[in-house]
Amino acid sequence: MNRFVLPLAIFAALIVLLAVGLTLNPREVPSPLIGKPAPHFELPQLHETAKTFTEKDMLGKVWVLNVWASWCVSCREEHPVLLDLAASGAVPLYGLNYKDKREDGLAWLKGMGDPYRLSIYDFDGKVGIDYGVYGVPETYVIDKFGVIRYKRIGALTPQIVKQKVLPLVEELGGA
Amino acid sequence: MPRLLAFLLLVSPAPWAHAKEAAPAAADPALEQRVMTLAAELRCLVCQNQTLADSNAPLAEDLRNQVREKMRQGTSDSEIVDYMVARYGDFVLYRPPLKLTTALLWFGPLLLLAAGFVVLLRRVLRRRPEQDLEMTASEHRRAQTLLAGNEAEPR
Repeated sequence: MNRFVLPLAIFAALIVLLAVGLTLNPREVPSPLIGKPAPHFELPQLHETAKTFTEKDMLGKVWVLNVWASWCVSCREEHPVLLDLAASGAVPLYGLNYKDKREDGLAWLKGMGDPYRLSIYDFDGKVGIDYGVYGVPETYVIDKFGVIRYKRIGALTPQIVKQKVLPLVEELGGA
Repeated sequence: MPRLLAFLLLVSPAPWAHAKEAAPAAADPALEQRVMTLAAELRCLVCQNQTLADSNAPLAEDLRNQVREKMRQGTSDSEIVDYMVARYGDFVLYRPPLKLTTALLWFGPLLLLAAGFVVLLRRVLRRRPEQDLEMTASEHRRAQTLLAGNEAEPR
């Protein structure tokens, strides 16, 4: 009997490790940007390209930056969640239109509703690189001091908004 | 005559027929070599099992351009690696750095090897020379009946 104990224990340990491994999402790479100041940008606004917007405009406010694109499939899925979040007025929501054609971006907002106070336009994706964007949509919660407090890679869901984003915004004293 | 003409047409260098290959990124082969060497050390985050050098994902292309641009500006390789790590984390490195959090990754296989060696050693040491086995009287009797060719064992 004793000789089965060790192999069984090793087997059980392997199963546990594999089970944990299966539930992890390899897409969710921990961002080194959490707890760091939001990288600087100054980009034209999508609707009025003559005007620019920078992260400095938001100092003193808790805000959410959502990276989106009209070519992004998950963004379509995420869009109603963003519309709800914007309608709730819980936190100011800004968009970053990532590597998109301007007309496509505008058409998207016109057709599906515009949840953003404004969107900035990152045609060549340079700001995206500074923010470590690699899987659109991505969402950042930035605090009053301009520090990134949370990053979501992939679409927001109502659960994540309720369990992560809103409590964090409240904790940071937002809106 | 038409044959000759066709032949001439075939062998003549046709400047208009030169298809334009990918963008003239290789204007500076030495720089391109440097870009690709470094890109081979960096992971493409979109297709996670490919390097930036291998991947055709748009982001990989952007990042290669970024690397190229930085090199043109005279940035050193290690500075570029730091730039990437600051944005994408250690995951962007194909060779993870040796840290407390990655210790298991680096030394795990060695640990397994050592554990295997210990098990092997114990087994080998435990194996003793075979001893003569003492047989009991009943076993003797059973052996005799079997040797005598009597298949039926006494109960």
